[in-house]
Amino acid sequence: MSGGKGLIADPVTGTTTTGFGAAMPPADGRPRLPGSLHLNRRLSQWLSFHADGRVTITPGKVELGQGILTTLSQIAAEELDVDFGRIAVTPAATPTSPDEAVTSGSLSTQDSGGALRHACAQARAIFLGVVAQRTGVPVDSITVEDGVFLGPAGAIGSYWALADQALLETEATPDATPKPPGARRIAGTSVPRLDLPDKVFGAARYVHDLRLPGMLQARMIRPPSRRATLTAIADGALPGDARVVRDGDFLAVLAATEWEAEAAATRLAARCTWQERDTLPDQASLAVWLRDAATRGERSEVASRGTPGTAGRTLKREFLRPYLAHASIGPSCAVALWEGDTVTVWSHTQGPYNLRADIAKTLRCPAEKVVVRHREGAGCYGHNGADDVALDAVLAARAVPGTPVRMLWSRAEELGWSPFSPAMLVEVEADLDADGGIAAWRSHIVSNGHSSRPGRDPAPTLLAASMLADPFPVKPSINPPMAAGGGAPRNGVPLYAFPALKVETTRLLEMPVRTSALRGLGATLNVWAIESVLDEAAALAGEDPLDFRLRHLEAKRAVAVLERVAAMAGWRTRQRREGWGMGIGFARYKNNGAWAAVVAEVEARERILCRRLWIAGDVGEVVNPDGVANQFEGGAIHGTSVALLEEVRFDRRRITSDGWDSFPILRFSEVPQVAVDIIARPDQPFLGAGEASMAPTIAAIAGAITDALGIRPRALPFTPDRLAAAA
Amino acid sequence: MVAFTLNGAPVALEVSPDASLLHALRGPAGLSGPRFGCGTEQCGTCMVLLDGAPSYACTLAASACAGRAVTTVEGLGTPDAPHPLQAAFLAEQAGQCGYCLSGILVSAAALLARDPDPDDGAIRAALDPHLCRCGSHNRILRAVRRAAAAMRVPA
Repeated sequence: MSGGKGLIADPVTGTTTTGFGAAMPPADGRPRLPGSLHLNRRLSQWLSFHADGRVTITPGKVELGQGILTTLSQIAAEELDVDFGRIAVTPAATPTSPDEAVTSGSLSTQDSGGALRHACAQARAIFLGVVAQRTGVPVDSITVEDGVFLGPAGAIGSYWALADQALLETEATPDATPKPPGARRIAGTSVPRLDLPDKVFGAARYVHDLRLPGMLQARMIRPPSRRATLTAIADGALPGDARVVRDGDFLAVLAATEWEAEAAATRLAARCTWQERDTLPDQASLAVWLRDAATRGERSEVASRGTPGTAGRTLKREFLRPYLAHASIGPSCAVALWEGDTVTVWSHTQGPYNLRADIAKTLRCPAEKVVVRHREGAGCYGHNGADDVALDAVLAARAVPGTPVRMLWSRAEELGWSPFSPAMLVEVEADLDADGGIAAWRSHIVSNGHSSRPGRDPAPTLLAASMLADPFPVKPSINPPMAAGGGAPRNGVPLYAFPALKVETTRLLEMPVRTSALRGLGATLNVWAIESVLDEAAALAGEDPLDFRLRHLEAKRAVAVLERVAAMAGWRTRQRREGWGMGIGFARYKNNGAWAAVVAEVEARERILCRRLWIAGDVGEVVNPDGVANQFEGGAIHGTSVALLEEVRFDRRRITSDGWDSFPILRFSEVPQVAVDIIARPDQPFLGAGEASMAPTIAAIAGAITDALGIRPRALPFTPDRLAAAA
Repeated sequence: MVAFTLNGAPVALEVSPDASLLHALRGPAGLSGPRFGCGTEQCGTCMVLLDGAPSYACTLAASACAGRAVTTVEGLGTPDAPHPLQAAFLAEQAGQCGYCLSGILVSAAALLARDPDPDDGAIRAALDPHLCRCGSHNRILRAVRRAAAAMRVPA
């Protein structure tokens, strides 16, 4: 986002968004600044120059494996006119980093990139102004080459010679002018990722690798089931010098080595007596539970327009999705150190300030007593266990003031105790007109809320907060507002130009398992539901699924990605092959973000295998083309895994899918080939990339299954059992 | 105390008799490359080479490595002298979070040591014990093919 634009009206839905991300208030009376700069206006919060020729940028967004630090460094190097190699990024930390809320929602390039672009353009102008004043060379006659200021007669200064941080102790103003698209040399190129070398040489880069002097190792002892209470711990020895930390149902061990900590946790767990009870719904009839709980839920209208006419034929369809796990490869980890009444925690959180707020609420202390320093973790696709393990580390370390404590979750905790993406049900009614087109659309989206992120409620939402002797209540998850993309109803409002439309949602007020944000939120079900009904209506009308979509679409950029992907996949000349099928899926993420169209090819054997994916995307301006392609590929493979394999399993008490054997994800032998083409829009605002391809991939795979087998799937994942039930 | 060859150099590590090789490597040996992922041989993040063969360090007793040769990702190469696989992974930008890469790199090294020209099926089979959640698989497959080609043509 290059300038301080106001509300952006969506050309299709007519909805407006701030265009600045969830953290941005609609208006606060101050001159509008781009992205997170609006709320973090001091330039020195964003960048600093050093006499040795380095530039440090200090964004509040964090590296999650998505490559954002490389993108932000490109934007800074571009606007400052310094070589990319001069830029160093300081990981976010309270209280000095800009508060950019949460690294989520495919908003980091908009929020942080928009802010840095403006801040760096302004810093450049300030420095040039000072040099012009000192040398008498007019600003217009000064150029910048790798940080050196050049006048008509040669060098007249540099950022490093002038490395005066006082010049940046000023608030940004709206009048800075970032470069026009045609002048960019670094932003828009596939600069190699800054973080990857450490990762291929095994360097200590993750929070898991942090080694502080005297550091102890900690492990949790978890209840066997949800809401179980610890009634007794039998006496007995523990290995080495291991010690126990208990507060209510929170139970941890500390030891000198990882081996001793694990051995102690195993031994202690065997001595615990827990009182358990049935708290979970019957997984075999999840749809029944969702419908029943919905009668006691909070129903609201998401969107409506037009008046339905007299329906010729109405398609009534229902779509179901199970709970989904984040399933990060590395279990959540944090290191905490108490010094006096202050605690520092190193964490792979998505939101350092939000985490700080909830740790402070849990400890009932001022936020200033908590310092959160970001360190990278394994891949993050939403609100996983990162925040929870940070509180676990803080509580465990409280027993040993002055000694750092590293808390590492087990695989079973990661898959069994992280927040889940909620189970969902979507009911659709589509009225067909005389031409077989869709005249009216009604849908009802039933789900728990998709956010229990920390920092947004007066009570802490961190896992351990509800387990203490003096516990905090667990409240039902909420949904982000529609202006921020919504939660359960995310992408639930079709972009297709149906004359009449009514979309409703019910947020469940009972929450047997904690739910929160996972890549795409509700979009992973909503997009498939919409695209599936379109496919079926197209088949009834005897039309090609692509043509049927195109005749219901008005937005040019939607048409462009669909036409592009059709050309990539050879859609219009595809040949039928026994046992094979092709399907197509489309969405604009959040209805205000990136556009994506996907064609999937599947082979139906004893189970469904996705063999190829073609993806056309439009993310507005692209800062790092290879980085965007990487995100689109990754989202598509994540979507393939969700489509074909993933499902949290449970009995009436326990989450049973707590290992990779019971929660399988896609492996190398099953991964489809993926081709990605991103349409260049260098003059358009950033739209984000991380979540756009996943939902349309699921929809395309479902369509391909129908093409191959004549079966329309109605429930995720598309396993042989479920497909047999839908046949 | 257990003595073995680690990345080409002799080491003697102070560990409990039944501690895992992974804890020995990340603890007294001070390495970061081998990573904990599951502890049950299901994800491959802890993979190391034991006398050249891919082995799960999370379940292997450190004591069982006495007198043997252990190679981790740190032993493949360095930024100044990268293994062709490490150079290829950088060239293909084969990774996102990177947590899986240490294990994948050593398994790929073992594959190329026994089969200098593996086909797609052979590469996928060799990497199938490894999970990657970010979806970097196709880049990783390309990188292994690139490294294999580079290793067949001596510089």
